[in-house]
Amino acid sequence: MSIAWLLRRLLTVLYTLLVVSIVVFGLTQLLPADAAVTLLGENATPEALAAVRLRLGLNDPAWLQYWHWLSGLLRGDFGTSMRTDQPVGPTMFIALSRSLLLGGLSIAVMLVAAIPLGMLAALRRGKAADVVSSLISYLGVSLPEFVTATLLLIVVADQFQLLPATGYVAPSENLVDSIRHLILPVATVSLILVAHVSRMVRSETIDVLNSDYIRAARLKGLPPRIVLMRHVLRNALLPTITIVALDVGYLLGGIIVVEEIFAIPGIGRQLIVAITTRDLPSIQAGAMIMAGTYAIANTLADMAYAMIDKRIRYD
Amino acid sequence: MTDTLRRLMHTPQGVLGCALLVGLVLACLFGGAAAPYQPEAMDFAGRFAAPGIKHWLGADQLGRDVLSRLLVGARSTIPLAVAATFSGAAAGACVGTLSAYLGGWWDEAITRTIDAVMAVPHLLLALILVSTLGKGSLNAAFAIAISVVPSMARVTRSVALAVRQQEYIKAAIARGESGSWIVLREMLPNVAAPVIIEATIRVAFAVMLFATLSFLGLGAQPPASEWGLMVSEARRFMHQAPWVIVAPSLAIAATAICFNLLGDGLRDALNPRDER
Repeated sequence: MSIAWLLRRLLTVLYTLLVVSIVVFGLTQLLPADAAVTLLGENATPEALAAVRLRLGLNDPAWLQYWHWLSGLLRGDFGTSMRTDQPVGPTMFIALSRSLLLGGLSIAVMLVAAIPLGMLAALRRGKAADVVSSLISYLGVSLPEFVTATLLLIVVADQFQLLPATGYVAPSENLVDSIRHLILPVATVSLILVAHVSRMVRSETIDVLNSDYIRAARLKGLPPRIVLMRHVLRNALLPTITIVALDVGYLLGGIIVVEEIFAIPGIGRQLIVAITTRDLPSIQAGAMIMAGTYAIANTLADMAYAMIDKRIRYD
Repeated sequence: MTDTLRRLMHTPQGVLGCALLVGLVLACLFGGAAAPYQPEAMDFAGRFAAPGIKHWLGADQLGRDVLSRLLVGARSTIPLAVAATFSGAAAGACVGTLSAYLGGWWDEAITRTIDAVMAVPHLLLALILVSTLGKGSLNAAFAIAISVVPSMARVTRSVALAVRQQEYIKAAIARGESGSWIVLREMLPNVAAPVIIEATIRVAFAVMLFATLSFLGLGAQPPASEWGLMVSEARRFMHQAPWVIVAPSLAIAATAICFNLLGDGLRDALNPRDER
């Protein structure tokens, strides 16, 4: 990983954010709602509306409004919420921290579950364990998050009363309670990821197991455990990292739905509230922050890839 | 094509996927006629009736027959998702092929832009689009079609790059054919097969996305019996009557499984060397 590569990668992230900002701003500009009416209500006098339009710069041409918005973003100013009259940035970043907790835990669960599952299926190819894990992964990929979440709610929270149904408790407040509230959301988000990634690990492991260098490692008398851990695992994991990075996109989508269902005050829920109340600055900020998170996650995955596989040289 | 179909029927995924597909198509075509009740017929005495002889899958909070609503709802769920995916895939295929044909600086710019747009998660893009266009089934389908375009463009481009190197493309350029002729008549037909496979897998996502939008109140509107909307409406009553929520959930899952199986089966059928 050379400095030049890192710089180029950074440029790509910046270009991504620029395109995303144009897409987000362009789309939200098309919103049929008049921001001044949203702010003051239907009964506002024409003079008051005109004053607000002037203050918000709504009479300016679109490119100028875009420029004001973008230069605000660059200074870290995400604008003021039309709904609460509070600065959007701090609200969104606090929400993002909760979503990152949910997302990070889901990725951790996914890694712990998907890699052993996929390798087991590959080693027991065609046997019962393989068939069962394939079935589970098909089901996992085919269940939308809102279905998984409601089914889990019915069974775990409602019928057996094992866990609280909805709500969020900060870990700093009460760790045990916080974890109990997070189990169902994390299970929901990670199911689809486990399903997808374990299938990927399975097919990669099968490829690696059939390769010449594994046969060589076995023939030279290495214990199976060493062959598995040192040779198979490492080579099967490489393509998996790319998939994990791409899956962050699903993860973000899943988080939107799961936060809505389990009433977790994260960025997804903020975004849905913003969309239903047509709070433009919040929609724009939420979308930008989510896309930025995705771009950064992808870059980190590329760097991890290069660190694990020394053959890859980015220059 | 018949060869591919024959091979598809030799894979277990293909057989199961085709069987499910036949069931879904039948439900879309004859669901309305086969439904035992009117989907919107209310029966207040029969609210939350458990599954039994009268209502095979039970009745909902207004006493409406769940089975009838499912059968009728197939038509407002599946065709729109399929149409949205394939129109989005067609548009994406055009962009991807064009990018590969132009090459050089244009190709770089288009690819980078596609990558950038893909940084917006599908659901987020669809949510913003629907909030712009207004809620409703057609707008939701349009939003799904748009969100399919970038990823399909990327898939198509990688196939089209190989096609671009073929002799017949060079011949067409040498003949002095126009760019649009080469893209539309020479390249597109030759990238169609892989694009169709990818699109088939994406139908599963589209069905799930469409149901999710309806679930969030932005897609189909009541009293439609779209499946995602049925789940959303039944949520408040899941303590009293879990069957009202389980039936449409399973229907969505079955549809998504069907297209996942078909897509995987088609992929295996086209790559016979790949024995996974």
